[in-house]
Amino acid sequence: MSSFWSAWVAILSLGTIFGCLAILLWNLKNYTHVKEGESMGHEFDGIEEINNPLPRWWTYMFLACIVWSFFYLLMFPGLGNWEGLLGWKSSNQGIKNLAESRQLMEQNIENDKYVHLDQQVKYAREKFDPIFEAYAKLPIEKLIQDDKAMNVGKRLYLQNCSQCHASDAKGGNGFPNLTDADWIHGGSFDKIKETLLYGRNNQMMALGAALGDDGVKEVTAYVLSLSGRTVDDDLAAKGKAKFAVCSACHGSDGKGALANNLKVVGKGLEKPATMGLNLTDNVWLYGGSERAVEETIRYGRMGVMPAWKDILGEQKVHLVSAYIYSISRQDDKLALNN
Amino acid sequence: MSQMTNKHELLEKNVGLLAIFTILAISIGGLVEITPLIFQKDTTEPVDGLKPYTALQLEGRDIYIREGCNNCHSQMIRPFRAEVERYGHYSVAGESVWEHPFLWGSKRTGPDLARVGGRYSDAWHRVHLIDPRAVVPESNMPGFPWLEDNILDGKLTAKKMEIFRKFGVPYTDEDIAGAKASVQGKTEMEALIAYLQSLGTALK
Repeated sequence: MSSFWSAWVAILSLGTIFGCLAILLWNLKNYTHVKEGESMGHEFDGIEEINNPLPRWWTYMFLACIVWSFFYLLMFPGLGNWEGLLGWKSSNQGIKNLAESRQLMEQNIENDKYVHLDQQVKYAREKFDPIFEAYAKLPIEKLIQDDKAMNVGKRLYLQNCSQCHASDAKGGNGFPNLTDADWIHGGSFDKIKETLLYGRNNQMMALGAALGDDGVKEVTAYVLSLSGRTVDDDLAAKGKAKFAVCSACHGSDGKGALANNLKVVGKGLEKPATMGLNLTDNVWLYGGSERAVEETIRYGRMGVMPAWKDILGEQKVHLVSAYIYSISRQDDKLALNN
Repeated sequence: MSQMTNKHELLEKNVGLLAIFTILAISIGGLVEITPLIFQKDTTEPVDGLKPYTALQLEGRDIYIREGCNNCHSQMIRPFRAEVERYGHYSVAGESVWEHPFLWGSKRTGPDLARVGGRYSDAWHRVHLIDPRAVVPESNMPGFPWLEDNILDGKLTAKKMEIFRKFGVPYTDEDIAGAKASVQGKTEMEALIAYLQSLGTALK
């Protein structure tokens, strides 16, 4: 704050307090020449003003508040650039990017500055970091046996993941079921964690224009036939001929190509050249009705799993991943209200 | 009783003077707390990654206001650990310098949305806005299915951007010239989702 505005704030604040004090002291004495409890001598519509001075107890409380305000302004930053004897701040408000924010927070924690949020974070780190670190060291098979760890994971899941994957983790239309053995990006603990940390982007391109109305219907019939559904054989045969455009991602047998061999590159994940879902297993992410499959082919689909590394942090993602890993492996653990 | 024995009768019997003194008394708080902010770098300079809303996001923002989203959703993460844990980094003034008006809000019937951008997929937002209980069974948010049917014509988009430019939002001539074309034919749903996905993503 410039010195002008600093002075502006200080003068107005102190001026107001002194002004209140002056008015209060001025009003302690009776200047009215009317005794307490007697009429002030004017009346409107039968309503009369009586001379009722400020109650003494109230006046003393007001005075106490004024004394308190000087103490408060001495300790806390209320007067322009005066930082207060305590050096208290709520947070580092002037930051322009996250790196700057993190750096300031670390400095404040290290130097034990009285920045409210940073103090809270410091306290939380001392309390929770050892717990998370201990969990991080446990092998995954041990971790999923740990009820406390799984409860933390469940809590985090319900707060952050259930909005899409549902509170029973069985997903919904367009949001994968996490309790079955069918994995799009791999069901090993490491793969699950990778998915959570970095997110995933899947796209099925819209083929309505390329295939035409008839083409969409034919390919739909063929796709449905892959999982053993009864379809019009003629349509399916025509669809099979047009499936070439799909096979680039879904494989010529329709079994897909899982992106299990993706590698982490930099901050994100390497984009797969091709990867498509398995169309033969009768598990349908976007619905398996004829209409739903037709819609998928005609308009395409976008599947986005957000990246949680920066939102939850790796410690918590570790526990959520372990929790998801555990529920996908044990049927009895599916009931989340256990 | 003698005339004007009490000095405060001067104020009590002169309504114009009373009004002046009243205004003086109630303006002090604002003079101390608000006016200095208007002239401070901290509160008038954008954070490093801040970009003006695209034409589509801007239309989405207007739909957000029209539907009253800000009555139930705040856009202001306070600097407490409990909030930062749930919503992300606390909000800073530099993120709101191009907001006219800002939509910080003060009531949270629903969660804070200051950093909702990137938290959910577009597809989720679509389902959720049409019927919130389809994805969050315990939600008490109303559905907004008409957003899917309403098509933007973009007639006023360029004008809106020009007005924002007058307020100091750095829109270029190209931004404004291309505004109509970039929103025309899009649904209100697309616009609102584009806006939501942009929220809070500037602070990197």
